[in-house]
Amino acid sequence: MSSHENAAPVKIRFFTTGVKVLIAFMITGLSFGLYRMVFGLGSATNLTDQYPWGLWIGVDVASGVALAAGGFTTAFLAHIFHREHFHAIVRPALLTAMLGYTFVGIGLMFDLGRWYNIWHPMLPMMWQGNSVLFEVGMCVMVYLTVLYIEFLPVVTERFIGQVNLPGMLSFFNEPIDRLLSFLDNILGKVMFVFVIAGVVLSCLHQSSLGTLMVISPYKMHPLYWSLLSPLFFLASAIAVGYPMVIFESMIASKSFGHKSEMHILTPLAKFIPYLLGIYIVLKIGDMIYRGTYVYLFEGSIQSRMFWLEFGILTVLPFLMLLSSRVRSSAGWLFSAATMYILGVLLNRCAVFFVAYQPPFAEKAYFPTIGELALTIGLIATLMLVYRAIVSILPVIPAPEKEAVRE
Amino acid sequence: MGINRRDFIKQLAGIGGVALLGKDVNVWAGEPATSLHDSFGVIVDTTLCVGCRSCEKACNQINQDLPRKAPQSYKDNSVFEKRRRMAADSYTVVNRYNNPEDSDKPVYVKFQCMHCTDPACVSACIVGALTKESNGAIRYDPWKCIGCRYCMAACPFQVPAYEYNNAMTPQVRKCTFCFEQRTSKGKAPACVQACPMEVMTFGKRRELIKIAKRRIEKHPDRYIPHLYGEHELGGTSWMYLSSLPFEKIDFPKLGYVSPPSYTEPIQHTIFKHFIPPLTLFAVLGGLMWFLKPKGVKSESVLEEENSEK
Repeated sequence: MSSHENAAPVKIRFFTTGVKVLIAFMITGLSFGLYRMVFGLGSATNLTDQYPWGLWIGVDVASGVALAAGGFTTAFLAHIFHREHFHAIVRPALLTAMLGYTFVGIGLMFDLGRWYNIWHPMLPMMWQGNSVLFEVGMCVMVYLTVLYIEFLPVVTERFIGQVNLPGMLSFFNEPIDRLLSFLDNILGKVMFVFVIAGVVLSCLHQSSLGTLMVISPYKMHPLYWSLLSPLFFLASAIAVGYPMVIFESMIASKSFGHKSEMHILTPLAKFIPYLLGIYIVLKIGDMIYRGTYVYLFEGSIQSRMFWLEFGILTVLPFLMLLSSRVRSSAGWLFSAATMYILGVLLNRCAVFFVAYQPPFAEKAYFPTIGELALTIGLIATLMLVYRAIVSILPVIPAPEKEAVRE
Repeated sequence: MGINRRDFIKQLAGIGGVALLGKDVNVWAGEPATSLHDSFGVIVDTTLCVGCRSCEKACNQINQDLPRKAPQSYKDNSVFEKRRRMAADSYTVVNRYNNPEDSDKPVYVKFQCMHCTDPACVSACIVGALTKESNGAIRYDPWKCIGCRYCMAACPFQVPAYEYNNAMTPQVRKCTFCFEQRTSKGKAPACVQACPMEVMTFGKRRELIKIAKRRIEKHPDRYIPHLYGEHELGGTSWMYLSSLPFEKIDFPKLGYVSPPSYTEPIQHTIFKHFIPPLTLFAVLGGLMWFLKPKGVKSESVLEEENSEK
């Protein structure tokens, strides 16, 4: 349904030094993951009866979902608002979202005590419509399917007319080719349904993630408990979508030796101050309405966290991005985007374990080396899979020079 | 569960209405939900407790799936040196507190799951592994549980404990109100029955409230005028009488609003007959169609142009 003619598999040497470092992180992380699976949560994590949720929920799940928001925000811009100019970034954003959500699922498996029951929410006999988590789970599951469907055309485009299985399997070449053409044909006609569904599902579960801790009014620090929390989560997810696309596009360009796509990223960055502005106004308005500003200077870890994630890592990038000089400078734009991404990450950690104050806490929660290692390992694995996919499938726009040569 | 009061709040609360509710914590003042009107409860009169830990022993004996502990271990009073909480191996604990009026007579308080009338854990549970029985008990079904521990994050009393050291089949552990063994047959829970001082009174919750209030009226010198759990969180099945302010004996200061009445109106507003999501879908679809640039080239035309280049 859109023109991605110039997207092409990236031609790169796969095993660079950076990749080897990522592989080291992956192996370390996954070993800790294996350790958790064999010896249980108790020996691998600092989770307790007081702090049932920690780093894996705050980062792997909640931040993972928020930072995958580039998928639906870009789809909204390019497909629903028909800003053709931005089509080049739709596929990378879609791939990031697809991998992001896949890894949310994988990360969750390590955190769930009975991970093998993860499919239970799908059984109608266990549906629990009052549970916020039930809604989040169902939406994420459906959305992940939608993302895979949205990504299918990238696969069909690559392989139609090029199915070439070796030896005996070559018998299947033609049927597979026909199947791909058939899929491509159908998908082209109905894709708009999935694109819209993706945006709707994203709005639903991004906001519901914010409703999760609303059920703990008596345990949450007042700076982080509000009935508007679902709205904050939705607004901040929408606001972090484009910074995430910018961040990822610039890293990919650097890694693949392409020039930064500033001609797309600078106009994209123009939207960020508006979106971020909505979030900031909502947050400050809520703070004034509920009178929670009195907690700003109490010097607690929560108030410091708030200054860091909101004052420095949200308001500051907002102010920076108001300036067109920042938006058109690759270095500044990257810095501002990275700052807000960190802001969202810390905000989710704040909501899920820093602002969470169990009434009978003995000591505050801090993740173990193993918890940190698995989180970093999963991110490294995601980056490796991303690199592998873009070198096989047409995701990243070919650099201009090559396009001319064609 | 057909709870009228909650339905009322649901109707009252659009997303904007919810924001207003946050300020007014008195909406729930009153008796418990009608469908649970006949449920059982227990009054714990902390002024009578001598800290013999018979209740802890009885609890361990009746719950055969808990790790066995030697009966003599319950005679060990050194446990009172520090504050304990319920854990994966114990559903109830007794703690000792200083009595500022008479240091020779410390105050002992027994804790366990409060079996809330409108429980946060039950509302939170993603698969309905936690259920509220009509007799008041909150039960747990390990076979449904996926181990997400949202119930623990939700519980205002920090009651559910987790078997963190069980790698394959960890369970959420908390007081069962002796549902299977006793209360489903109308009998008092094991701890209540075991108490030599008759600290606890088991009965219909609404009767218990009357009994407790009569006691407070009769002995104003003995009790502070507060039946903890009557209104807290919209009511709990276990309620407490005390001579000391409840903050002094480790009871969290809670509002009268049950936690689910914050989240459930939001959930049910967003998903009311699926109208809001479908409306959003329609609006986005409309936008997509309406904003489609005039004279947009179809894919095939674009392809032709490309091949011409």
